[in-house]
Amino acid sequence: MLLITDLEKTYPGPNGGFTAVRGMSFAVQDGEMFTIVGPSGAGKTTLLRCIAGLSAPTAGTISIDGVPIDGPPREFAVVFQDYARSLMPWMSVARNVELPLVKHGSDARSRRRAVEQALAEVGLADAAHKKPFQLSGGMQQRVAIARAIAYRPKVLIMDEPFASVDAQTRADLEDLLLKVREETGTTIVFVTHDVDESVYLSDRVAIVTRSPSRIDRIVSIPLPHPRDQIVTKSLPEFAELRAQVFGRIREMVHDAALADA
Amino acid sequence: MVLPTLARPAPRVPRRRPAPGRPRGGAVLLPLLALAVAVALQEALTRTGVLPGSYFPPASQTAAALLVELGGATFWQTLGSTVSTWLLALLIAVPLGTAVGTVLGLVRPVEAFLRPVVEFLRPIPSVALIPLVVLTIGTSARSALFLAVFASFWQVLVPAIAGVRSAHPIALDTARSYSFTLWQRLRWVQLAAMLPHLATATRLATSTSLILVVTAEIIIGIPGLGHEITMSRSVGNAARMYAYIVVSGVAGIVVNAVVKRLERALFVSHGIGAQA
Ligand SMILES: Nc1ncnc2c1ncn2[C@@H]1O[C@H](COP(=O)(O)OP(=O)(O)OP(=O)(O)O)[C@@H](O)[C@H]1O
Ligand SMILES: [Mg+2]
Repeated sequence: MLLITDLEKTYPGPNGGFTAVRGMSFAVQDGEMFTIVGPSGAGKTTLLRCIAGLSAPTAGTISIDGVPIDGPPREFAVVFQDYARSLMPWMSVARNVELPLVKHGSDARSRRRAVEQALAEVGLADAAHKKPFQLSGGMQQRVAIARAIAYRPKVLIMDEPFASVDAQTRADLEDLLLKVREETGTTIVFVTHDVDESVYLSDRVAIVTRSPSRIDRIVSIPLPHPRDQIVTKSLPEFAELRAQVFGRIREMVHDAALADA
Repeated sequence: MVLPTLARPAPRVPRRRPAPGRPRGGAVLLPLLALAVAVALQEALTRTGVLPGSYFPPASQTAAALLVELGGATFWQTLGSTVSTWLLALLIAVPLGTAVGTVLGLVRPVEAFLRPVVEFLRPIPSVALIPLVVLTIGTSARSALFLAVFASFWQVLVPAIAGVRSAHPIALDTARSYSFTLWQRLRWVQLAAMLPHLATATRLATSTSLILVVTAEIIIGIPGLGHEITMSRSVGNAARMYAYIVVSGVAGIVVNAVVKRLERALFVSHGIGAQA
């Protein structure tokens, strides 16, 4: 279980700095698909970076199975929002996916198989020998996703991973993610701006407030599995849950606008 | 004697784009034409006595002297000693500057500690060290080697420090989140980010070390192209002197072109500025 307790993150700066996250608490169960939605600039990336052990919280604790996270845990993988920068431009797509798997004593053949399989799953089998700069933004993002999948993490952290792919690819990648979760029991913490996507993918959707960000509410998504892009999305329950999440976000934006006025 | 390359500050920003494609057609013919016109003009001016022939022998005489030299055994020996000192200087200065730059770039306290020393030593024109070098090392090729290494080391060091620090934060985060070892991070993220900086630095160091090797040969009298230039002057053989000056210039052009090509190949294979 991933446990976040009273998390606070303040970036240093004038006037006491800027507090992006304050009093954030929630728990993610093993194998759960947990999605975070909220306004831009709320502090979602900040939160994910703290969970990933890349950024130290100012206050509060984060633990995985009772062990506090004080650096990047080996069994976590991150798909960054700034995916293009996370690829090594001077290495082929296949090599990029392979890098995290290169460990002392690891076997090159099984590595190559894992790379091929992950690239095929994201639809990039033909691009294995290309360099990242020869790919479109959406294809680069899929390389970063393939790299994370090939790594077989226990916890997969994804920051708006489908933001720059077309609708069809996006649907395919959503289903791929559900399949990976189903097959491997990976815990997934996922940030998105797309309410439909959050409801379609998740077991629970957390709505976070504007910064200093905290959990506004968590909506359970008891939609049946396996999910299907057409069947699931045409269920009346889907429309209801979608309206619930969407309505709350709109209320928050509205309240914020009133507060600012 | 002015050494323009030494005065130039080390590059801070790597060239993101490769040199424009190889010039073709008019772009090749025009410079050649300009060269031919300049040579013909020089020939005409010296033949007609407008320029004193004893200082400026006609181009044809320089060419004849060059042909004579090309046939002799000393020429190749001379060229060989200059080129070998020069290459050896690069082979020492580039890896040394890269290694030291990597350490200084990564370990900030060490860099802060050594910065005053670096800032004191770096601006010293290497030629100013010639008396010291003659006293301590002597008048062998090792003196030229030391001067060339000293000068080009700084030209590699400074970009190497900047380069190792130029790795993008997200690339570094990726390395951390996938638990790369220190060596993996160095090799895959930081050394790779250094490459464009190093390529430019190497090209500069190439010219710098040639200048210093030839200068040391002229001033200290170390066997090599520079020495032949002064020797020819002192025996009044202006044509031979120009022949060796031409050879030094051509050597510079050839090696610069080679390094530039390597640099471009590197940029293309690394996808840096290769979108065009
Ligand atoms: N390194 C930093 N230093 C100072 N302030 C920062 C830093 N990183 C983020 N912030 C600030 O913290 C706030 C939250 O940023 P964050 O990137 O976490 O938002 P986000 O919810 O991911 O936004 P988006 O949905 O647009 O990606 C923003 O106001 C941002 O300006
Ligand atoms: Mg973000």
